[in-house]
Amino acid sequence: MPSERYLFPHRHLLGIEPLSPRDITALLDQARAFEEVCERPEIKIVPALRKRLIVNLFFENSTRTRNSFEIAEKRLSAEIINFDADTSSLSKGETLVDTAMNLESMRPDLIVMRHAAPGAHALLARHMKASIVNAGDGAHEHPTQALLDAYTLRKRFGRLEGLRVAIVGDIRNSRVVRSNLWLLTKMGAQVTLVAPPTLLPPGLRDTWPGITLSNDLDATLPSQDAVMMLRCQFERGTGAYIPGQGEYARFFQLNAARMGRCRPDVAVLHPGPINRGVEITSEVADGPNSLVLQQVTNGVPVRMAVLFLLCNPHGEQVP
Amino acid sequence: MPDTPSPCLLDAGQMEVHLQRLCREIVAAFGNNESLALVGIRTRGLSLAERLAGMLQEILQKEIPLGALDITLYRDDLSELAGSPIVRPTEIPFSLKGHTLVLVDDVLFTGRTIRAAMDALLDHGRPNRIWLAALVDRGGRQLPIQADFMALKLEVPLDQRVSVKVKEIDGVDGVFMETRV
Repeated sequence: MPSERYLFPHRHLLGIEPLSPRDITALLDQARAFEEVCERPEIKIVPALRKRLIVNLFFENSTRTRNSFEIAEKRLSAEIINFDADTSSLSKGETLVDTAMNLESMRPDLIVMRHAAPGAHALLARHMKASIVNAGDGAHEHPTQALLDAYTLRKRFGRLEGLRVAIVGDIRNSRVVRSNLWLLTKMGAQVTLVAPPTLLPPGLRDTWPGITLSNDLDATLPSQDAVMMLRCQFERGTGAYIPGQGEYARFFQLNAARMGRCRPDVAVLHPGPINRGVEITSEVADGPNSLVLQQVTNGVPVRMAVLFLLCNPHGEQVP
Repeated sequence: MPDTPSPCLLDAGQMEVHLQRLCREIVAAFGNNESLALVGIRTRGLSLAERLAGMLQEILQKEIPLGALDITLYRDDLSELAGSPIVRPTEIPFSLKGHTLVLVDDVLFTGRTIRAAMDALLDHGRPNRIWLAALVDRGGRQLPIQADFMALKLEVPLDQRVSVKVKEIDGVDGVFMETRV
């Protein structure tokens, strides 16, 4: 069995881009063992990261990602500090590096960080001995979301290679989409991005030449194994790129009528939180094809896998 | 390709004979009255447990529940390992409650694996009792743990390594002694 010889080579998880298909497979395989832990009838905790200190450093609000990380950390028996940017010295003007150096002097083993600036994680990784996990950086990457999406798809279809996946909606403002594009293309899935022209930023095919771009959801749906609906990020100004929510919904909403165009076993994913009635109707989001809650469930074992593989010593180091 | 290990402590035929004997000892100890279940420690302990379960089912004419345990997450030297191994799932598809468990490992050495295995098992439930079966007890214990059933008991110097090979994984059955590198 070749996987016995493989050692996870990374010290940080800054994004999906630096990972090899082998690394991605290792993370997903590792998550299977943690899914078993999470499904146990009684004790859902293992001592794997006992005495390790993990700091959750969130400069942007994120209830669900942060909760998911925190549950993952607790299930691995890690010690946890939650560092809330609102109540910290940052509001008193401290720089990110100063904050990092202060944290570093308390010797954490790992830092889970969400920050609006795409370079913030790499900056921290250069200044600290601790492992850094990117829990979302602006519109750049959100690697654990892509991993849990991939885990959900692989569990449902048994493979990622050759899988036809449409990613629909607010491509411009989504960080989920970039991580998913890296992951799905590395793993050999066939990705189609569907959005109004205003929400499809230029240059996507320079980075991911194998992908298909479309403005026509109805034409795309019939051939897809999975449809990943993105949240319209109105708080990031998506409203300025579309004529109105009703008009957007008329062409890009996944609703019962459009489900009729899909394969009967199509998988519907959404990273949440959902704008019900905008990008997806409640009927579809709560319907039999929806894997939305499974995505949330799978987030915990996937994050446990990330924390576990980063917290333990490494094979040959890759930055 | 298997290494060229030497010397051979048990060949395939002898290993089979010893497994048969282990099986008879387990039957003699528990008869048909206990609700017996086997749990193999991944990887080679599981292969041995699968074979023992097959033999026991033939003798006792009843289903013997079989579980697989990966103890990596419970190791006390996890932070000293030379890399992050990919942990495979523990699979115990039956309730431990009320069962007499026989924990199966290939080689009993320091006892630390068994300590970890018992911690892992108890997180899954509360069996009536846990017994330990090992194909080889090579001595060198660091914890007060002993096997209840064993095929071969040896005192092997610490610089030697006893390895059990099984055809499901290694393509060959046998017990070998190698010099540690």
